[in-house]
Amino acid sequence: MNPPLSIDISRRGLLAGGGALVVSFSMFGISEGIAQTVPQPGAAVPDNAMLDSWIRIDAQGVVTVYTGRTEFGQGVKTAMIQLAAEELNLDPQGVKIVSCDTALTPNEGYTSGSRAMADGGVSVRAAAAHLREILLNAAAPKLGADASELRLEQGRVVAPGGKSVGFGELVADDVMHVKLNRQARLKDPKSYSVVGKEFARVDIPAKVTGGVAFLQDLRLPGMVHARVVRPPSYEARLRSVDTAQVEKLPGVLKVVRDGSYLAVIAQKEFQAITAMRALAAAAQWEEQAKLTDYSRLYEFLQTTPSDKVNVLDTKTTPAPGARVIEATYRRPYQMHGSIGPSCGVGWFQDGKLTVWAHNQGAYPLRQAVSELVKLPEDQIRCIHMEGPGCYGHNAADDAGADAALLAMAFPGRPVRVQWMREDEHAWEPYGSAMVTKARVSLDDTGGIVDWHYDVWSMAHSTRPGGARSMAAAWYREQPLTLPPPRVPSGSESDGNRNSKPAYKLPSARVIHHHVKEMPLRVSALRSLGAYMNVFSIESLMDELAAAAGADPVEFRLRYLEDARAKDVVKMTAERFGWNTDKLPKGRGRGFAYARYRNSSSYVAVAIEVAVEPSTGAVRVPRVVSVADSGQAVSPDGIRNQIEGGILQSISWTLYEQVGFDQTRVTSRDWGSYPILRFSDMPESIEVHVIDRPGQPMLGAGEASQGPAAAAIANAIAQATGARLRDLPLTRDKVKAAMGV
Amino acid sequence: MIELTINGKAHRVDADPATPLLYVLRDELQMNGAKFGCGLGQCGACTVMIDGEAHFSCMTPVASVRGRPIKTVEGLGTADNPGPLQRAFIEEQAAQCGYCIAGVMMRAQALLEKNPAASEAEIRAGLSPNLCRCGTHARIVRAVRRAGAAMQRADADRQTRGAAQ
Repeated sequence: MNPPLSIDISRRGLLAGGGALVVSFSMFGISEGIAQTVPQPGAAVPDNAMLDSWIRIDAQGVVTVYTGRTEFGQGVKTAMIQLAAEELNLDPQGVKIVSCDTALTPNEGYTSGSRAMADGGVSVRAAAAHLREILLNAAAPKLGADASELRLEQGRVVAPGGKSVGFGELVADDVMHVKLNRQARLKDPKSYSVVGKEFARVDIPAKVTGGVAFLQDLRLPGMVHARVVRPPSYEARLRSVDTAQVEKLPGVLKVVRDGSYLAVIAQKEFQAITAMRALAAAAQWEEQAKLTDYSRLYEFLQTTPSDKVNVLDTKTTPAPGARVIEATYRRPYQMHGSIGPSCGVGWFQDGKLTVWAHNQGAYPLRQAVSELVKLPEDQIRCIHMEGPGCYGHNAADDAGADAALLAMAFPGRPVRVQWMREDEHAWEPYGSAMVTKARVSLDDTGGIVDWHYDVWSMAHSTRPGGARSMAAAWYREQPLTLPPPRVPSGSESDGNRNSKPAYKLPSARVIHHHVKEMPLRVSALRSLGAYMNVFSIESLMDELAAAAGADPVEFRLRYLEDARAKDVVKMTAERFGWNTDKLPKGRGRGFAYARYRNSSSYVAVAIEVAVEPSTGAVRVPRVVSVADSGQAVSPDGIRNQIEGGILQSISWTLYEQVGFDQTRVTSRDWGSYPILRFSDMPESIEVHVIDRPGQPMLGAGEASQGPAAAAIANAIAQATGARLRDLPLTRDKVKAAMGV
Repeated sequence: MIELTINGKAHRVDADPATPLLYVLRDELQMNGAKFGCGLGQCGACTVMIDGEAHFSCMTPVASVRGRPIKTVEGLGTADNPGPLQRAFIEEQAAQCGYCIAGVMMRAQALLEKNPAASEAEIRAGLSPNLCRCGTHARIVRAVRRAGAAMQRADADRQTRGAAQ
């Protein structure tokens, strides 16, 4: 089992950082009125180069961290507080945090790619260390001591004799408004007492007690509710709609029509939903069967013109292998599938627009909104509030854009818009369908002599595309169109992420075929191409191990050079009790390893499956995983992310596939797009974290999905003798492969 | 006017009788616990207890719950004084994004009120109408078991005190 958490809420109390909302409410004066919701002329604009854009101390000595990174349940706020508290020798309970607001925080782009700690955390830590230097230097003359003799203790700078001065007395605004020194001396990780320790997450209490925890819970004075009638399919155009009857419905304030963009604003939420349904019934759409050509999706991917990206070429002319193993793997479109449909709130007042969104970056959203509503950026403020888990680029950006457009159409009052379930399923940008093909030559001892790997994929990122990447913009009277995707570089980006094998090979070539066409809307789904590439490579490694007559774990170790990689592999095998003992009929063990992005967290996963022979249904009774994310700021946060990634991957791998017919997406609810349920969860899942004090912090959010997927396929192969290469590994496919 | 009893408190709301309970809770009464997830009874984010049973509030017309006791996650305790189930979820850190959590908790509360000694298998089966997308299932089940144990201890304490009197 996992090590028990030593969180005793009565004794330890809770960190104060959950007050981000409280802070923002009081700072913006939302409860007092609307005057302060948009920055006043002359207010300081956050500047990433300046110390006080990242951290400040008020006159009472309270430290507030400002981060451009967004919390979405990965625990990033808590970890940032820990980093700052550590450098300042503070009790983290007293440290506040404000995150992602164009008026208040630095611009850190999107919180994506598992970079929140690796980049954002490094900045916060540097700022806190710089602030410590400032405090020491300011205190030295006051305490009549040399700065090197002073220490920080409970919010005070203390001299050897015990004389002390509080943080709040040492800093005025101008002292902190200096260029951030990123080279300030950091504390020795050996002396850490906060980083690496378990603290209760600041965002959880509100989530379990009905507090204001999500943007969906934001209620502004005079707020009204909107719903958008999304077209039935991508190519649909609104031919006609009679809005007269809808305008008479109770509570309806306005029907908004702009070309094929159709929405309704009402006093109350359910009135807006009722009116939206009436409007949808009244709308006449013209649709086109534009998806017909993509019914043979995998063929399309491999035959349509694409851009070729050379990811790796260490090709030599090896002696011809004694054996050649070839395999093709396929992955359908899969969705983010947030449990909460996306939401946005917009407020246009006195020529200024405020947009609250739960997307991954307030600054890129502001730029897009500026293009969309034709207001200069300095008249727009975007504020991130937490939302339901997004797992990448889902519809949260679109809902922010909807809120902006509808607020402009209904000035003076805050407009809240939430998507319906059908819209979230049908309109979010999916993780791209992919095909991978491997051709590996082995010598007569089973050693790999040559490796050739191709990956075909549509784009995994259609951001930032400004207003043109927003669903609303495509249907207005003056429509915008999604720009063609950028051709990715070969360095772990987009569809080629983790296409480079983690193993030392004598001769290898990896080619990414980047398909520009996008029949279904696509963008970044957690881990981008890594999920599929790791699924493919790690399935293949088992196929090669079998051909070599080797144990899969031992075979991997032969080709791994990085000591940290070997550590997670060995420890996973050991904790799982990896062996060759025969399992009961229908049971199998599977193993897989990857280092996310080949430069981030190391993760190995061992899985036991149970296959029901009569139905082909796969259960996952037991999972063991070990992760090395470098310096572990919040070990429990890493465990939670790794474990969540594994369970989400079990869902993707066994069940998920976006359906579409000739015209429309057909996965429009949880019935037509089933996901993992409590009844399907593993009976046991263990995650161990190897802490590496002093090593760079590595992100954990996207590291376990690929290994989990391959470990399942490898375990099914052991249990049934059937190798499944087409995701998802549904019971029908398992049954067919078993020949029953 | 429709009279409702929510978390032991009487409310009178002016709403169309067909309005789902979810929107009355969120819009009329400014309660955050029950969430809109699907509106179809497929995900459980809106789950509340009615007459001690877990129900999808997105599918329950408000007129049908007139006078019947309704319990939401707000009725289990507060951030300053969390109830046993809330405390267990905090102690297990049993949330990631947390959007599903209040609904999951209300289904768990209904389960534990009937059987605080529910086994792990019974909890998994009992929670199955609710979806979690972050993959927090294992922590959630641990938290429910922890809360069940705490409720059993509290019951035993009460009985001991009762016997002593």
